[in-house]
Amino acid sequence: MASATPRIKVPESATKGEIIEIKTLISHKMETGLRKGKDGKIIPRQIINKFTCSFNDQVIFSSDWHPAVSANPLMSFHMRATESGRLDFAWHDDNGETYSKSADLTVA
Amino acid sequence: MHVKILIGTAAATAVLAGFSSAALTGGEWGKYQVGDLRSGYTYAAPETRAIQDDDFENPAMLALDYGAELWSMKDGDANKSCADCHNDAEDSMKGVGARYPAFYEPWDKPINVELRINECRENNMKAKPWKYESREMLGMTSYVKYQSRDMPVNVDIGGPSTPFFQKGKAFYYERRGQLDLACKHCHEDNSGNMIRANLLSQGQSNGFPTYRLKWQGVGSLHRRFRGCNSQVRSTPFGYGSDEYVNLELYLAWRGRGLPVESPSVRN
Repeated sequence: MASATPRIKVPESATKGEIIEIKTLISHKMETGLRKGKDGKIIPRQIINKFTCSFNDQVIFSSDWHPAVSANPLMSFHMRATESGRLDFAWHDDNGETYSKSADLTVA
Repeated sequence: MHVKILIGTAAATAVLAGFSSAALTGGEWGKYQVGDLRSGYTYAAPETRAIQDDDFENPAMLALDYGAELWSMKDGDANKSCADCHNDAEDSMKGVGARYPAFYEPWDKPINVELRINECRENNMKAKPWKYESREMLGMTSYVKYQSRDMPVNVDIGGPSTPFFQKGKAFYYERRGQLDLACKHCHEDNSGNMIRANLLSQGQSNGFPTYRLKWQGVGSLHRRFRGCNSQVRSTPFGYGSDEYVNLELYLAWRGRGLPVESPSVRN
C-alpha cells in the first residue's frame, strides 16, 4: 500500500445536544514488526501509533494504537454536538508522517 | 458401539430438521439465499456480516475507490483511460460482473473480468498489463464488478462455452493433492459443517474480489482457489490459468441467481 487514504463519516448537521456517531477508516498495512519476510529477516514495524480527533482545535478523542490493531483500522466513537465547528482527524504513523482529514459540523 | 450409532442417528436427524425448517421459511437469509444456494455471507460471523452491511466500514471500499480513480486515469502509449471508451462505468459496466466469465472469441475460450481488463490494457491502451493480484487489478476488478451489485449471477454456459464448463465441472469433482480431496468433498458434501475451527461454506463465488479478514486485504477468486488447493496439499495452478477460469465459470453457474456482492467481506 503506497499511501494511506483516510475516510471519515460525520453527519453534516445535528441538533444541539444530539449524540452523533463518527466513523473513521484508513488504509494502512499496520505492519506489526513481528513477521519475517521471505529472506528470513524481520519486517520492520510500521503502524499508526496514535489517532486523535479535535473539535475547534481542542482534542476530544485520542487513542494509542499497538501492533495488535488490524490493517485498515476502523475507529468509531460518539460525541455530543454542542456548537458548529470543525473536526480535525489525525493519524500518526511510525515513520513520522501524519495523515489528516477534516470535516465541518453544523449544529442547529 | 450401540451408543455411537444412536448418537450418529440423532445428529443426522438434527441436521435434517435444521435443513427442512430453513427450506420451509423460504430463505431466512433474504437476498443472500436462493433456494438451497447460500452465499458465503450466510456462513460468515455476525461481526463480519456487519462490516459488509455498512459500505463505510467495508475496507474493500478503499480498493474500490482506487479502482474508480484508475478508471479515468490515462495510461499506456495510446494515452487513453478506461473512461475514454467506456464512459461512465455505472452504465457501461452494469451487468458485467453478473455474466462473466464469458466466452471471448479472439481467444477461443472463456475469459474472466481480470483477464479482460488486461486484454483491454494491452490491445487498446497499449499499456503494461497489471499483475493479477496487484492493488491496481484488485481495485479495478472490484470497481467493475461493483456496478453489477445485487444483480443475479447469470453466466452463459451454452454454445462454445460448454466444453470449458464441462472441464470446470470435472475439476470440481476431481480428487487432488496428498489429502485426496475434491472441491465437492468440502463445499458440496460438508457445507455447514466445521472443518476444525472453520465453518465450511458452499464455496460460492458471487462475492469476489473479497476483503478477507485473514488476508487483511482484498483478494481475487483465484487467490482463494490457490489457497484451497494448497490446503489439500496439491500444487496450485497459476493466476488466470485456464483451469481456474473454467472452474470460475462452473462455480458461477452453480451459484446462478445469487446476487453479485463484490466487494464482500469474509472471515
